[in-house]
Amino acid sequence: MPVSVQSSALIYHALKDCGVRLVSALPETWLVHLIRMAEDDPAMTLVRLAKEEEGVGISTGAHFAGVKSAMLMQNHGFLAAINGIVSCAQLYRIPLLMLISQRGSFGEKDPWQTEGGGVTEHVLEALRIPFDCLDAPEQVSRKIAKAQTLAYSASRPVALLLSRDLMWEDA
Amino acid sequence: MKRIDALKAIYPELEHCIVVTIMGAVAAELQSLGHRTNFFYLQHAMGLASSVGLGIALSRPKLPVVVLDGDGSLLMNLGGLTTLARYEPRNLLHVVFDNESLLSVGGFPTATSTGSDLAAIARGAGVPRTATVTTLEEFTQEFQAAQQARELTTLVAKVEATGPAGYVTDLALLENRYQFARHLKSLAEE
Repeated sequence: MPVSVQSSALIYHALKDCGVRLVSALPETWLVHLIRMAEDDPAMTLVRLAKEEEGVGISTGAHFAGVKSAMLMQNHGFLAAINGIVSCAQLYRIPLLMLISQRGSFGEKDPWQTEGGGVTEHVLEALRIPFDCLDAPEQVSRKIAKAQTLAYSASRPVALLLSRDLMWEDA
Repeated sequence: MKRIDALKAIYPELEHCIVVTIMGAVAAELQSLGHRTNFFYLQHAMGLASSVGLGIALSRPKLPVVVLDGDGSLLMNLGGLTTLARYEPRNLLHVVFDNESLLSVGGFPTATSTGSDLAAIARGAGVPRTATVTTLEEFTQEFQAAQQARELTTLVAKVEATGPAGYVTDLALLENRYQFARHLKSLAEE
């Protein structure tokens, strides 16, 4: 499976450096290494979800309890979580750090991923969620730290889109 | 059993817990008994009260967390029961007030009115302790037993489909949110 272990490790260590102690996730191909890293790390609480929207509630509770968290999900999972993002994280001003794999972009071979790829950025814009794309390994650490900084200063959700160039080795 | 009477019966116990409620009648009725800074009312995002409770319970395993859920809300996040069961926090008590109705939007019947059994669903999801109660005495007894058991419990309380005249209170959503977070922080500093 050509998912980049190196890029996954970069992302994981950037999250750790930002003090993230809880990660909620729903598995998808691009996230497998990240989820395994969280699972193998005794200092990290990994919450495996049935549906992504739960992760918004879990991160909200963790924030109230003083724990920094992040959500790992596919863009279709982000689409499935929207009411929670709007009616929990935005309504209650929760600094929610979302890492979203941007499936359905150029190079996508799976037909079922293609519709979500075309709408994700538009939906993020419509929701007024600040976002950036993680595509170059050398920028991963800084961009994750900066995204978390804005999430906390604005008390709002922010998103980082994980690109094919970063996550997939034969992209 | 009326929900307000059930809330009155456990109100003294709630003083020592971290409490997360759903929106609507549950939030308004609990506030009518007296707001406390350890109460958070999730005034939207139906279904996520149990997930918020799970996030707190996993982050602060020494604090007793009580979620006051409802049938309409829980039916929107049944998958969340499997997540609760998977991590099985011993400090989480999940109370579901089941009035078989979406009361605050006009009383439309939910699927529990046609036989869906939320305690059975929780049990099937893997929640180790579950019960359904129909009287105030049973409710009070089961609530106390669940607190003593220190094991993840889903307690379904069958209640009448009656509620307060209105749902908007003078406690602003963000005021509640920041009070609650400060309350948790103060416990951290102890």
